[in-house]
Amino acid sequence: MADGSIGLWTVPLAVFGGAIRVSTPFLFVSLGECITERSGRINLGLEGTLIMGAMSAYGISYLSGSPWLGVLAAGITGALLGALHAGICSLPRVNDIAVGIALMLFGTGLAFYLGKPLIEPTAARLPAIDFGWWSDIPQVRAALRINVLFLIGVAIAPILFWAFRTTRWGLLIRTAGESSDAARAMGYSVLWIRLRATMVGGFLAGIGGSFLSLFYPGSWNEGLSSGQGITAVALVIFARWDPMLCLWASLAFGGAAALGPALQSVGVTSGYHLFNAAPYILTLAIMIITCSPKRTLTGAPAELSITR
Amino acid sequence: MIIGETPLPSGALGVDAVAMTMRFGDFTALDNVELKVRPGSFHALLGENGAGKSTLVKCIMGYYRATEGDVLVGGREQTIANPKEAHALGLGMVYQHFTLVPAMTVAENLVLARDDVPAVVNWTKEKKELDAFLARMPFKVPLDARVSDISAGERQKCEILKQLYLKRRFLILDEPTSVLTPGEADEVLGMLRAMVVAGDLTILMITHKFREVMAFADDVTILRRGKLAGHGKVAELTPDDMARTMIGAEQLTVQPPRVGEVGEPRLQLTKLTARDDACAIAVHGVSLTVRGGEIVGIAGVSGNGQRQLVEVLAGQREAESGDIHVRGDLYLANREEMRRHKMFLLPEEPLKNACVGGMSVADNIAFREFDRAPFASGGWWLNRSAFRKDAERKIGLYKIKTRTPDTPISALSGGNVQRAVLARELGGEVEVLIAANPCFGLDFAAVAQIHAEIMAARNRGAAVLLVSEDLDELLELSDRLVVMFHGEFVHEARASEADLTEIGRHMAGH
Repeated sequence: MADGSIGLWTVPLAVFGGAIRVSTPFLFVSLGECITERSGRINLGLEGTLIMGAMSAYGISYLSGSPWLGVLAAGITGALLGALHAGICSLPRVNDIAVGIALMLFGTGLAFYLGKPLIEPTAARLPAIDFGWWSDIPQVRAALRINVLFLIGVAIAPILFWAFRTTRWGLLIRTAGESSDAARAMGYSVLWIRLRATMVGGFLAGIGGSFLSLFYPGSWNEGLSSGQGITAVALVIFARWDPMLCLWASLAFGGAAALGPALQSVGVTSGYHLFNAAPYILTLAIMIITCSPKRTLTGAPAELSITR
Repeated sequence: MIIGETPLPSGALGVDAVAMTMRFGDFTALDNVELKVRPGSFHALLGENGAGKSTLVKCIMGYYRATEGDVLVGGREQTIANPKEAHALGLGMVYQHFTLVPAMTVAENLVLARDDVPAVVNWTKEKKELDAFLARMPFKVPLDARVSDISAGERQKCEILKQLYLKRRFLILDEPTSVLTPGEADEVLGMLRAMVVAGDLTILMITHKFREVMAFADDVTILRRGKLAGHGKVAELTPDDMARTMIGAEQLTVQPPRVGEVGEPRLQLTKLTARDDACAIAVHGVSLTVRGGEIVGIAGVSGNGQRQLVEVLAGQREAESGDIHVRGDLYLANREEMRRHKMFLLPEEPLKNACVGGMSVADNIAFREFDRAPFASGGWWLNRSAFRKDAERKIGLYKIKTRTPDTPISALSGGNVQRAVLARELGGEVEVLIAANPCFGLDFAAVAQIHAEIMAARNRGAAVLLVSEDLDELLELSDRLVVMFHGEFVHEARASEADLTEIGRHMAGH
């Protein structure tokens, strides 16, 4: 091992490092979507929000020189898109899924349009914390360079889990998602609760986008997102609307996504594209195992248009 | 507080509605209605469906702004713009549809209902306070259970406890006992009555059960078609007086007498088991034989597997195990078997379970036969004029109130949707009939007509399985009565010899 080679250990190590890097956008989008869906609405537009977040973060970071201002800008962009979604959905006879698809296309298109001049320049990137300082092995050091946003995301999951149970806002979001009649009977405005939940969800998804452009892969181009936003929406469903399960699901998904590149780095090149499909195969497998035609989804907010 | 203004009196509140008129567009739901509820009284509000009872109480609670009229709370005129303002005055309401959140615990529901939910809830402290509150109440509910896991009766108790927890002094109850066994209803109403007598509470109860009005109410107000039809002291009225005031001059269909002999077995269930949507066993190994010329009633509090049983018979749900035989043939609930055995269904919520809302009344009436002559040639070419002719005949025969046969069926009132389904299902020869809560939420005229049709089908020799949550309906129509509890048949009796208390006990699982 004197030459720094750690043989087949590269694979689990790369999967671990990849899990952390790749999972961060999934984590933010799925936690955001978790909040929105618990309030009784599905925002499929988060794919567009993610890309708009990535673009605006890159742009602001480039213009201001501060990546953190970029993250904030991404969050605000996301919240505004969330408000747009919620605003349109609050009109009578509007379907949230259709609006989400429209906003997904709108967000993506707008980001490509506004982001054209950003493909060339290099923006300031987000810093990472070196947790691998104790090791001489470069692969270990690389795997343990962890971004602050990931740590924030990991912290948000248990906070959300706690907040859904013990805060007024948590209880109100759940009430709006489980029974809008009950919320109305208590004198709360369901539309107002959902507007805020969708805005917070958009805020988090926007931040997830900033991670893409400011850390990994760390540049702005039109191929930045490969459907992470929409996949994260599916993650929420198989995480059964539980923020802690969203965390584990994001990590598993990130790990699976890192499998292909990791195997390639140790010389397993056959079936590279097959291994790249691992996350999707994993999703399908989990969906098939956990679902049954004889049963409705457990844990699904009763007001969601997919369960109603 | 403004100096010189006296605070609202504590204890029971009186509420008056003066000259209330409510118009929705051209439609007048309430027309100059007056309601006086004395403080510390138990007041019953009677009326048929669509008489304006719900509209009236919703105007009082601030859901609707009345077009004209005033609300007096404690003798003082108040403008109530929304339910929150009504709550602040001490007014509360228990809705017919539960307003508890099923996925949350009882404790969460109670705390959530407060107007001052703390930003961060200290559950240890709240639980202690809730326990102390429950200790003062005459009935108990499990605080940590999820609402979806407790029985309908317990949910109704929770709804009422919630209002008491919120210290309401005037409580409106909308058909509070529709989900309770007679025993539970007496327990809950008796306890509320005691609080009224103690002077802590005033109650306004919407109901259609004369028994409860006679036993618990002091005063009664009766509405008919949006107008005040009568009011008075219950002690001075008989159920007949009240029924006449409710219905007015309308003629009700006369139910034919029970005639004919019990025939051969038609419908046989053998150890039938089915699961519900959450994959839990809902129907547990039930066996039953229904013979031609008899009505077998299935009693039970809702949620004890009746719905799943009917869904299996209707082909909407797969049975887990067990068999169904119709006249000795294995029955798998497909269209061909239903047609061969002349098996028909009146499911609950007919608009959802037996109709396509967006399709016309004529199309909906033709569902059973639309692909056969005379409605179709060669099984595929539909003959529209035959649809129309058949529909026009049945609309007249079954008194379906619709503008044209081409009106979408979802535009009809509940009673007329059920009449259209009745026309389709009972319009021809019937050998087996399954009916589930066929009269739920319907007015007297529709109920009388449906009961008469079911009895007539029985007299013609049909085997009828009647699933209902309304014990009075079951006792009136059934020959035999079976009680369903937790997915099993726990008790059987001849309807003519049935003892209400004993049936109530079995419904509650004792």
